[in-house]
Amino acid sequence: MRQLFDKDTWIEIFQSISKNKLRTFLTMIGVFVGIYIYIGLAGASKGLDNGFEKEFESVARNSMFVFAQRTSMPYAGFKTGRRVQLKIQDVDELRRRVPEIMAIAPRNVRGVFGSSPGVIKRGTKIGNYSVFGDYPEFTKIATKKIYRGGRFINDEDIEQQRKVAVIGERTQKELFNEDESPIGGYINIDGINFQVVGVHKFTGGGPFDNDSDIFIPFTTYKKLYNTGDNVAWFTIAAFDDADVVKVEQDIKAALKRIHKIDPADERGIGAFNLGAIFKRIFGFANGLTFLSLIVGIATILAGVIGIGNILLISVKERTKELGVRRALGATPAEVRNQIIIEALFLTLLAGIIGIIFGALTLKGIDAFTSGGDFPYANPTVPIPYVIGSLLLMTILGVLIGLIPAQRAVSIKPIDALREE
Amino acid sequence: MIEIKDLHKSYKMGSNSLHVLKGINFSCEAGELVAIMGSSGSGKSTLLNILGMLDEADSGSYTLDGVPIKNLSETKAAQYRNKFLGFVFQSFNLINYKSALENVALPLYYQKVARKERQEKSLQYLERVGLKEWATHLPSELSGGQKQRVAIARAMAAEPKVLLADEPTGALDSKTSYEVMDLIQKINDEGNTILVVTHEPDIAEMCKRVIHLKDGVIVEDKQVEQVRAAQYVQ
Repeated sequence: MRQLFDKDTWIEIFQSISKNKLRTFLTMIGVFVGIYIYIGLAGASKGLDNGFEKEFESVARNSMFVFAQRTSMPYAGFKTGRRVQLKIQDVDELRRRVPEIMAIAPRNVRGVFGSSPGVIKRGTKIGNYSVFGDYPEFTKIATKKIYRGGRFINDEDIEQQRKVAVIGERTQKELFNEDESPIGGYINIDGINFQVVGVHKFTGGGPFDNDSDIFIPFTTYKKLYNTGDNVAWFTIAAFDDADVVKVEQDIKAALKRIHKIDPADERGIGAFNLGAIFKRIFGFANGLTFLSLIVGIATILAGVIGIGNILLISVKERTKELGVRRALGATPAEVRNQIIIEALFLTLLAGIIGIIFGALTLKGIDAFTSGGDFPYANPTVPIPYVIGSLLLMTILGVLIGLIPAQRAVSIKPIDALREE
Repeated sequence: MIEIKDLHKSYKMGSNSLHVLKGINFSCEAGELVAIMGSSGSGKSTLLNILGMLDEADSGSYTLDGVPIKNLSETKAAQYRNKFLGFVFQSFNLINYKSALENVALPLYYQKVARKERQEKSLQYLERVGLKEWATHLPSELSGGQKQRVAIARAMAAEPKVLLADEPTGALDSKTSYEVMDLIQKINDEGNTILVVTHEPDIAEMCKRVIHLKDGVIVEDKQVEQVRAAQYVQ
């Protein structure tokens, strides 16, 4: 320890390192490249991870859409090809049977799936927009950013079947003048006047999202379009710790039971499981992180072994010098420590340079990709990973240094001096 | 100062062993300047290595300044070498990437002498061997004689009890040999004990006592009239 903090030790090390600058430099490249790859890949995968996260931040991670289709098997007296219709009553049943459901939002829509969109008028302006009938619960699954001063549909809107609407950015632009506030203004949806209570910011991420969507209370929608208890589809979010694939199966099974569909029927109930897709995407990012860890560690290991190798050669070259030092009173421990510190120093120096270059590269990539469509944001390597890699290099450096150090100590001074 | 009794040493050479030292008895007082002579293979280098604790005898006793030298660990041997002995080698064995001053300071470094003191002391010793102006030069920039003088300064810097010189003039021409011997004599004049291994009779004559080794035994041990090297040095 005393040796580690002694200025003279470091002078000795610098002298012996700078004796063969090119070789020292080439030796360090191994470890440098290892840590550089590690930092670069880990940062890039983190960047991808962050990018995906940002892209889908408005949608609950383990959410899914469940909708009805035609049956493909006869069951309970019904013939095949029956059109199934989801009902608002299914919500309670699903909640009862599938406790993993965190939020469930029944939705109806005009303007998607081939139905004609609503005709929206305001004064002399007119346009076709998709109209959604929604519950406030929907925001628990897909957060809608509402511009200042506005709000989304709330429970009272549902209860009182209020004629209120949340409109999209584009709808606002097309129906309202730039200088007028849409909040409190009125629009005419298929002949009925609605008061605008909010403007939602378009975020994307979920399917069939649009910057011109109009949301009205589910109950108002039901009255407006005469849909009764019908539901076009459920948007469902499971709890964070639930297995989305299993939740999807449970929900499908429950709906099949309610609507008398053969449990083996693959078609009756359809689902689009965003959670499973997210899982795959994030799994990819995690896999990349893991891969970078493996590649990085392997390369660092190879680099450190290279350092050990070069030090072995260096010890061999310095046999005589080490013999002289021993004759002059260097103890075996001093010789050993000197070489271990040398190995450690080379490893850490190369590692730190690698980390710096890796960080610079990540910064460069970030500057290059920012603003683009590529899902890539804020590529960082967590500090514990960096410290961990430094720690790993320290341990490996010491271990690998032990080999040439032991070699150096095992040289008897008399043999070293005799060697001509 | 040095007390050796019935020293034996043999080396294993494959299946048969080579008996190099066959019972050496030798003692020397402080302040002596002893030449150890003998043809190659006579065992003189082996004797010096044992005296220098670089090698260990098979049997017999060795006492250095009252300290028995026996079964030393590597660490202990290193400490004793550092404290008791100074080495001068035929091939100088200076560390080639260190300046003259740093070379001289090396044994002091291993004595854990503080940096500043080390520098001062080393410079003093370099001055004593007349190479103060060469302190910052690398060994490659020095002549053979200068290198050996740096080596002597290095050996003296630790203020050892005994200076062991293995063919100190073996790689030098006669003129520089005499310069080096002159230096050794001067150091001896100050009361230092010095053992010189040589096979050159003129070098041996510059010592005060000459020991002849032959086939591993001392065949002759005589005091000689010292020839001063100074007379050959301008």
